[in-house]
Amino acid sequence: MLKGHAACPGCGATILLRHVLKALGPRTYMVIPASCSSVIAGPYPKSSFAVPLLHMAFAASAAAASGMVEALEKMGRRDVNVVVWAGDGGTVDIGLQALSGAAERGHNILYICYDNEAYMNTGIQKSGSTPPKAWTTTTPTGNPGFKKDMPSIMAAHRVPYVATLNPAYPNDIVKKVEKAASIRGLKYLHAFSPCPPGWRFDASLTVKVARLAVETGVWVLYEVEGGVFRLTGPSKHLLDPSRRKPVEEYLRLQGRFRHLTESDIEELQRMVDENWEKIAQLVEEGK
Amino acid sequence: MSAGRRVLTGNYAAAYAVRAAKPDVISAYPITPQTPIIEKLSEFVDSGELDARFIRVESEHSAMAAVIGASSVGARTYTATSSQGLFYMYEVCWWAAGARLPIVMGVVTRALGPPWSIWSEHSDFYALRDSGWVMYFASSAQEVYDLTLQAYMVAENGDVLLPAMVGWDAFEVSHTYEPVELLDEEEAGSLLPAKGGRVNVLSHEDPASLGNLAYPEDYIRIRYGMRRAMEAAGRVASEAGRRYGEISGRDYSSPLECYRCEDAEVLYVVMGSIVGEAIDAVDRLRGEGVKAGLVRVRLYRPFPYAELGELLGRAGNAIIVNRASRFGGYGALTGDALAAAAEAGARIDYLEVAAGIGGVDVTSDDFVGMYKMFRAGRRGTVWWMR
Repeated sequence: MLKGHAACPGCGATILLRHVLKALGPRTYMVIPASCSSVIAGPYPKSSFAVPLLHMAFAASAAAASGMVEALEKMGRRDVNVVVWAGDGGTVDIGLQALSGAAERGHNILYICYDNEAYMNTGIQKSGSTPPKAWTTTTPTGNPGFKKDMPSIMAAHRVPYVATLNPAYPNDIVKKVEKAASIRGLKYLHAFSPCPPGWRFDASLTVKVARLAVETGVWVLYEVEGGVFRLTGPSKHLLDPSRRKPVEEYLRLQGRFRHLTESDIEELQRMVDENWEKIAQLVEEGK
Repeated sequence: MSAGRRVLTGNYAAAYAVRAAKPDVISAYPITPQTPIIEKLSEFVDSGELDARFIRVESEHSAMAAVIGASSVGARTYTATSSQGLFYMYEVCWWAAGARLPIVMGVVTRALGPPWSIWSEHSDFYALRDSGWVMYFASSAQEVYDLTLQAYMVAENGDVLLPAMVGWDAFEVSHTYEPVELLDEEEAGSLLPAKGGRVNVLSHEDPASLGNLAYPEDYIRIRYGMRRAMEAAGRVASEAGRRYGEISGRDYSSPLECYRCEDAEVLYVVMGSIVGEAIDAVDRLRGEGVKAGLVRVRLYRPFPYAELGELLGRAGNAIIVNRASRFGGYGALTGDALAAAAEAGARIDYLEVAAGIGGVDVTSDDFVGMYKMFRAGRRGTVWWMR
């Protein structure tokens, strides 16, 4: 990932990309569907990606990567990474069919979803990954929907490796990317990608917002390897609710949650706590 | 040089041609009446007769995306579809052309729903006419075989580098058995460019991006490159057709098939397998003293305006059979034929006939009837109902 790219200041995705591409190295082929990153790459005739990169139509990144990896293997190039780098919209909504198919077929692909929780490239519209109650331009009084649990959907496809990433924890990113790259099959990584213009916070606060997401338990760092669930990083220590910061500390930094009432915040806190009860069960089963 | 004859359907002929072309990656999704192609290809792959990766995708949109992904890193590819499937993959078809990837596709032409139909019509085929795909239309199983191989020759030519499709009629060609001469597979292979010679291939040894954002002044220049490529494709297709003729004995150097067209005073303009009935009608009319003839368009894009214009100019009268449900204007083939005549400076009298819609059978009686209608003064468009 080269300097001079076209991302907004404070973009979470470019922090993630730097760590991911460093971990993967130059023998990496990328497929990028329509998303912020299509623009971040910069206009013809230059590109800020120093790896071979196929831009692709919105719904089709996993399918294009499937064809690419099969072609590379057929032509004798097996020691390379084929990576999809897609946004949440291009993964949980319009890209879901192609990803599901690729997962069922088990191609040797690393699929990474960088989740900024809305269609940011087109101006902050709600996606299937937008959290409940969040403001977007198409949910101006707050999202009535829920956030699709994409990592669980992928785990249900029985892929060999699923994990979550967060840009505030680069060591966790690198460990997981390296592990994923060493496994054959479809590996799915879901990355938290704070977006200053979309979530309405100052560009200097990206890492702080990302860290608070983990510390409040809103974003859980974990991996599912061969079907076995395991918490990673600081999330390991957050099963005890008293060790989790109140969700409000995370919410109040972001303008997209500014309209929340007291009872909205309580409800979101309850949702986080209930999710952790489920996580506790998964941790038990994983032992 | 022939490897012998087999009795094959149009669909199986496509599969045999693809086997001879030795693609690296095939990806397809089933749709009637394309399915026998991919079933036969699956047999070839599973038996080891064809060393290719077969990706059984979960939709047509993904089928085209998969072959784009494969082609982008240098693989030779194939896919096939029809009708609803072609339209589901439609945006990605335009992507393939814009990305300058020499993908080859079979389109078994089928009418669109609603109402549901599985029978032949050319609407699906015509819908790609502006996309930058080189487009052939076969009229027999033999032509499906021959044109599929030529599609690779043209698509992969360094002056072209555009995807190429071959269309053929649902059931009338796709499922009808005919004797087909196959080429010796080595000779077929020698007609195609050697693999690995393509310049526009993504590689980690020399990283590049394919498909970045381009501002308007760059976009138009990139697209203009496609225009130049399509212009070259006419010449390349003719040369490929000639070379193919040297090996097979069947010459394809012309984009058109002409039957008794040289001295014709009224020409049928047709595409696809209805040509058989049209030939009968021409012979019948000739027997009655009418100087009828026909032109069958075999290379549809790039359209042979000069060649057709000359023939239309000489004849002065045309019955253009545009086999598509088309509303609000003249059909694709009609528009092209009229433009050809205009370019040749020819004023022609014409009747457009929408025949074979939804798979309606078109017989030589129908063709004779079209001529009688034309002679009685009917102009404009007529839908040939049954």
